[in-house]
Amino acid sequence: MAKLKRVSAGSRVFDFFNYFLLALIAIITILPFIHVVGSSFATSAEIARTKFLLFPTEFSLNAYEYIFSTDTIFRALGISIIITVGGTLWSMLFSTLTAYGLSRKDLVGRRAINFMIVFTLLFNGGMIPTFLVVQQTGLLNSLWALIVPVTINAFNMIILRSFFMNIPESLEESAKIDGANDFSILFRIVLPISLPAIATISLFYAVTYWNTYMHAILYLSDADKWPVQVLLRQIVVLASGMNYDSAAFTDTPPPETTIKMATIVVATVPVLLVYPFLQKYFAKGAVLGSVKG
Amino acid sequence: METSTISAREEAKQLKKARRSETWRRIKKNKLIYLMILPGLIYFLIYKYLPMYGLIISFQDYKPYKGIMGSEWVGFEHFQRLFTSDEFWMIFKNTLMLFGLQVFVFFPIPIILSLMLNEVRHSFFKRSVQTLVYIPHFMSWVVIVSISYVMLTLDGGIVNAIIESLGMQPINFLLNEEWFRPMYILQVIWREAGWGTIIFLAAITAVDPSLYEAARMDGANRFRQMWHITLPAIRSVIIVLLILKIGDVLELGFEHVYLLLNSSNRSVAEIFDTYVYVAGLQQGQFSYSTAVGFFKGIVGLIMVIFANWLAKKFNEEGIY
Repeated sequence: MAKLKRVSAGSRVFDFFNYFLLALIAIITILPFIHVVGSSFATSAEIARTKFLLFPTEFSLNAYEYIFSTDTIFRALGISIIITVGGTLWSMLFSTLTAYGLSRKDLVGRRAINFMIVFTLLFNGGMIPTFLVVQQTGLLNSLWALIVPVTINAFNMIILRSFFMNIPESLEESAKIDGANDFSILFRIVLPISLPAIATISLFYAVTYWNTYMHAILYLSDADKWPVQVLLRQIVVLASGMNYDSAAFTDTPPPETTIKMATIVVATVPVLLVYPFLQKYFAKGAVLGSVKG
Repeated sequence: METSTISAREEAKQLKKARRSETWRRIKKNKLIYLMILPGLIYFLIYKYLPMYGLIISFQDYKPYKGIMGSEWVGFEHFQRLFTSDEFWMIFKNTLMLFGLQVFVFFPIPIILSLMLNEVRHSFFKRSVQTLVYIPHFMSWVVIVSISYVMLTLDGGIVNAIIESLGMQPINFLLNEEWFRPMYILQVIWREAGWGTIIFLAAITAVDPSLYEAARMDGANRFRQMWHITLPAIRSVIIVLLILKIGDVLELGFEHVYLLLNSSNRSVAEIFDTYVYVAGLQQGQFSYSTAVGFFKGIVGLIMVIFANWLAKKFNEEGIY
């Protein structure tokens, strides 16, 4: 308490500007989202009238009724949910197994395997050779193409590995003496005490899968297999005939502003819903891995 | 004399044998662990290393129906074509400009932001700001670009409405060559600046609080404390991240740039990644576009090795 009284005038001015600027930055960061959400619930008439809309005065669900009136968006959302849930489980299974294996210090060849994985972060075959491998492995135009080629993210695997390495070996050894094998040690002892790391990495994978766009345009040619991000792109930008590959869509009239806004919200909300629950975990997890590299 | 050398040799042999059997014993003991790693290993071999092998098609006239084995070898023809093409320098310059923006404009921002956050004493305020500025990181580039689009469009976008209400001419940001780079880097800042603070904030928590106390005694104001205590404490983290950034030299985000690219801003927006996509997958020039990608990858690898060497030269840890 005594310390607080000694705060100088200069320090107080500093605090004032610092708090003010940070609050401003936070508001500016979030304002575009509020504008989009607000506009999506507005009537078209109000959008035309008020240019700087944040909160609509007349609440309208027209835009949402419209986009959910056909099954296009339902299908895209369904596909996104399938690849997000399935992909996250798939990626977590293989990432956890690999990370745990490589966290064992007595493993012969561990350094070589680690190097082999880290090297893929520094150099890769690039888009076309990867495309050819995806084609050769028969994944083209299947939803598996959005999952299998990105099974393990090397960064995520490294974060998990450093987390597992910090678990005291004595825990594993005592289980070994009780006759447990490596799989049951991993699933019964290591995983339950690693929940913060597991939650964090699952969130990272889930967000990546939900946000997948590039792989969809690279590997999927059927429009009825498109995840929601590709659909959003079609509705917001391509429909106005601005992009390279817009030729195919010139006969579609540009959708109304509220419909664009509502589609953005639909493509965003699932991520925002899980965000607060996992937020307390991920700061810890992200730090852990990046420091250890 | 002789007997002793023989026995020494014998001993060395024994030792080697013992070590080998020890290695074997350790491998056998961990056979379940190898089983765990195996699927991951197969994944990396197929989807990361097989494409590296596939880079040899950049020296071929690759035809999909002939395969890698049956396609004709053409040496450096595709590389020659790349380096002599008119577009090469345009793409090179565009890539370099975006890289420069990433390093000189974006990179310092999370550092400054984390220094500011570190000075906040009310943990509720600090946590609220963090929660809000992390959010855009979880948005896809499609969402980021779409939001920018609806705000910047001439057709009722909020930004142009503001510009017009100030009595100025509306600006067609989306189709304008001059606005592409500012738009690109502002979107990068919006999406990643907040998230980028996490690692610096973590490094700052390791700073010994008594250092600040001592500096205050010496009459150092808050700026001086930041400059002389906080910044030096996170120096090595800054350097590691800078190396990683430089290593990413040509990874400017295919998705992001591709989403912003259109025929009006192509002269500033076309980068190696988007060029590879258009030439390779849209026009079917597999070998040529692989050569373009290969060139890009090699430059990136050289840059990361160079940056790491430089860090070591200055007695920093580096990344490997």
